[in-house]
Amino acid sequence: MHDKTIRELSDGLKSKAFSSLELTESFLKRIERLDPSINAFITVTPERALKAAKAADVALEKGAAGPLTGIPIAQKDIFCTEGVRSSCGSKMLDQFISPYNATVVDRLNAAGTVMLGKLNMDEFAMGSSNETSFYGPVKNPWNLETVPGGSSGGSAAAVAARLVPGATGTDTGGSIRQPAAFCGITGIKPTYGLVSRWGMIAFASSLDQAGPMAKTAEDCALLLEAMAGFDPKDSTSLERPKETYSQGLDESIEGLRIGLPQEFFGEGLDPDIHQAIQAAIGEIEKLGATVKAISLPHMHLSGPAYYVVAPAECSSNLARLDGVRYGYRAENPKDLKDLYMRSRGEGFGAEVKRRILIGTYALSAGYYDAYYIKAQKIRRLISDDFKKAFEEVDVIMGPTSPSVAFQFGEKSQDPIAMYLSDIYTIAVNLAGLPGMSVPVGFSKGLPIGMQIIGNYFSEQRLLHVAHRYQGVTDWHQQSPTL
Amino acid sequence: MSLTSDEVNRIAFLARLAIDPDKIDAYAKDLSGIMNFIDEMSAVDTEAVPPMAHPLDQAQRLRPDVVTEENQRETFQKIAPKVEAGLYLVPKVLE
Amino acid sequence: MQWETVIGLEIHAQLATKSKIFSGAATLYGAEPNTQACAIDLGLPGVLPVLNQEAVKMAVKFGLAIGATVSPRSVFARKNYFYPDLPKGYQISQFDLPVVSTGETTIVVDGEVKVIGITRAHLEEDAGKSLHEDFEGHTGIDLNRAGTPLLEIVSEPDMRSAKEAVAYMKKVHALVRYLEICDGNMQEGSFRCDANVSIRPKGQEKFGTRAEIKNLNSFRFVEKAINYEVLRQIEILENGGTIVQETRLYDANKDETRSMRSKEEANDYRYFPDPDLLPLEIAADFIESIRTQLPELPDQKKLRFKAQYGLTDYDAEVLTATRELASYFEQVALLSGSDPKLCANWVMGDLAAALNKASLEIEESPVDPQRLAGLIQRIADDTISGKIAKQVFEGLWASLESADAIIYREGLRQITDTGAIEAIIDAIIAENPAQVEGYRSGKDKLFGFFVGQAMKATEGKANPAQLNELLKKKLS
Repeated sequence: MHDKTIRELSDGLKSKAFSSLELTESFLKRIERLDPSINAFITVTPERALKAAKAADVALEKGAAGPLTGIPIAQKDIFCTEGVRSSCGSKMLDQFISPYNATVVDRLNAAGTVMLGKLNMDEFAMGSSNETSFYGPVKNPWNLETVPGGSSGGSAAAVAARLVPGATGTDTGGSIRQPAAFCGITGIKPTYGLVSRWGMIAFASSLDQAGPMAKTAEDCALLLEAMAGFDPKDSTSLERPKETYSQGLDESIEGLRIGLPQEFFGEGLDPDIHQAIQAAIGEIEKLGATVKAISLPHMHLSGPAYYVVAPAECSSNLARLDGVRYGYRAENPKDLKDLYMRSRGEGFGAEVKRRILIGTYALSAGYYDAYYIKAQKIRRLISDDFKKAFEEVDVIMGPTSPSVAFQFGEKSQDPIAMYLSDIYTIAVNLAGLPGMSVPVGFSKGLPIGMQIIGNYFSEQRLLHVAHRYQGVTDWHQQSPTL
Repeated sequence: MSLTSDEVNRIAFLARLAIDPDKIDAYAKDLSGIMNFIDEMSAVDTEAVPPMAHPLDQAQRLRPDVVTEENQRETFQKIAPKVEAGLYLVPKVLE
Repeated sequence: MQWETVIGLEIHAQLATKSKIFSGAATLYGAEPNTQACAIDLGLPGVLPVLNQEAVKMAVKFGLAIGATVSPRSVFARKNYFYPDLPKGYQISQFDLPVVSTGETTIVVDGEVKVIGITRAHLEEDAGKSLHEDFEGHTGIDLNRAGTPLLEIVSEPDMRSAKEAVAYMKKVHALVRYLEICDGNMQEGSFRCDANVSIRPKGQEKFGTRAEIKNLNSFRFVEKAINYEVLRQIEILENGGTIVQETRLYDANKDETRSMRSKEEANDYRYFPDPDLLPLEIAADFIESIRTQLPELPDQKKLRFKAQYGLTDYDAEVLTATRELASYFEQVALLSGSDPKLCANWVMGDLAAALNKASLEIEESPVDPQRLAGLIQRIADDTISGKIAKQVFEGLWASLESADAIIYREGLRQITDTGAIEAIIDAIIAENPAQVEGYRSGKDKLFGFFVGQAMKATEGKANPAQLNELLKKKLS
């Protein structure tokens, strides 16, 4: 049952092969048995889950069920969930029981999904390995010695370990795509503004975007249908007609034009990954697509620009965590300054502090133009590179990450080495484009992910291409032995 | 670009982050490394490029002037570290 | 050395919206602490701001009223600093692209008209309040005010005295109330200002170092604080010292300004565009539609009062100081159908004095325009004299009766019957032969004695002009 896709489980629920309660209990048992070694969950919410499952069963009985009614899912702990700890992976919010729901949570609840719990993540989504979580690192189910990627590492590992059929993630610089690649699952970061950010604890507001993570592109489509849509509470949420991403996935991709940027296949790319990507593109060509070499000449500057923009925004976004209204407060502060300094000094981990410091520095008097404005200009150049590319091609393909999952501790002492594991993904966030990762092979027993990038609002196309690819391959069906 | 320990202390104060004095040098080293990585940007001429603050090239959406929120003080203050008489308490602020 | 004072004001006008600038919480004054602070105002993790369109409309109104440029595109920025009444650790404000820029207004001081430049006006959110009463060594934070919309109106350093600064602040106060974008209640903090004050040797081009006096919430404090600050700066410079650029607080109890070191510690605000808010775009046709809805503004009204009612510059200035006063005067003039100057004298004279004594605003006046007009009509048609009118006015103030009812009941109607007045005069002449003799032999001053006697006999009701005329005739 745990290997089934959301689509299959949905059919099973509708045909009464099993109830949502049975399904939920079965996943909860699996979490109880396997999660101690994976550490994908920060909080498991069995009581709520069982209650929601019973309600779903009533809806199923009445015939009032949608495709996600009764499907167990889990939320990245960055999403505020009313009455449940919403920690964002930080000691700072360890005691934070959210008084309200994120829009993503409300929408998935309304779609009838059953939330099993809250998933582990890098602290405040800052990290690429899940090693910065206050709750300890998540283990990659394919090899417990390696990282699951980050920051949505708990989400990716939970889906890969079959602890849950689908999960939410967020992606600021690759935080859905890179862990999806490391754990051998499918994940999509939509166009900026498609999914509401209300209740999603902000890291870098102009880059953050939520998306689904699941075994298949079709499952991602089903989840995205529920998650996406206009929200008046987020003034960057886009007002546009609702799309049904799960429709038309089987249609032909004949004539699809794929761009392969030379910058994605240069120095630093693991040859196994290079080979696997080429093989995958070969499969897609067989389905009728054509390939064209392109260039994204400012790609190499995406890292430097990102590490100004994201820290600058985060330094401001995280200022509200001051120990006054909620969250961690240092004991016996001797004065106001001490309350601030120690609450924040003790409540945040090292990587979060590093990024707040970088951001504060980049915005401070005398440096603003040289760093923040400069980075915004580079951001424009990168965005323009994509615009030009999409005049010639429909999608861009390449590796999601330059390497497969690495060992714990391998990069955690070297921030730059860690940052480089996102070099193929962050440009997409800077431009606000949709991007996804699909499993396309293995290297030394660890999954390889291929990234597919599309023009604004081309989620349907990305999911379509990925679905057709998954129709002729079985990488996405592989699961780790646990 | 390299940051001195003094600069790290100055930024840490601006950001209200207590940093263990033993670790200041390590932070200075890490931050200098990151700033060097960032400095790659300076090699590019961006004189004529307009800054891009946001991926959405759109205008801000506004909302009507309607009161939609009710008093939820009790709910909100349940998660507060220190309250009294409906107020959030902080160590005495001197003006 | 002759010193010249240079003043610029940053006025904060709280916009009269129902809900906050970025949230749907109410903006009512005086609610229980933190009962009007919603998730957005508290800066809970994950919340997002959505701008109130009414606040934008109000800013546009102000921009048009001061002949300023309303930016087709403006940007919200974050001003980053830590303070317990600032829940997010940043204030959403506008920095390099404000919604309103380069306007002006005029003030009149000592009969001189002066133009004051307005550099900019921008939208921002207010902070909460710190309550410094002691909670066992703690300060209490009330965030009800957090997120209340403010229009910050920044003047050019165009004022040269505390008097000019007050005149300018009063002018802006009148403007925002005319526009109905701010209730102007200074006690509740709806209208307050920071004053940038510096001095320089007379004739010098370069500005001196300025001190910023924070949070002045009455016209009187603005005047006193500036005057104190100017003397302080002169004393320092004349003793060979230098002025420190700093933020100062005016202590009304001690009538002095003092340094606010707590706010000085770190003023690197790290402004950057708020990534939660896209640029604010205001379409030209929206601006035009607001222009057509603008009410008559003080300057326009003043010109009209002079032309339509033949008032002096001074009277027109005083009567248009607030929209309510102007409206009161116009109703009195209309309802009485009498000489506007007479109406103006009553509104600015006895009525204003009585209101002032009772600490009442014109809109709280116990005498409504209808009843005051009734009184003025009786003066105009000689039913009562000006002196008796004062007595009737007291009756109007103390009751709900009309002037006519009071005049009738108290028998205050003026005696205009020549025969009746002559009879009284005859009696007085007969009773006071000595005085008559004295007057006729040249003691002109005795005329007053006869007027007094006649008024006494008629209880003040004799028509004074008539009485004078008849007395002169009979005594000659």
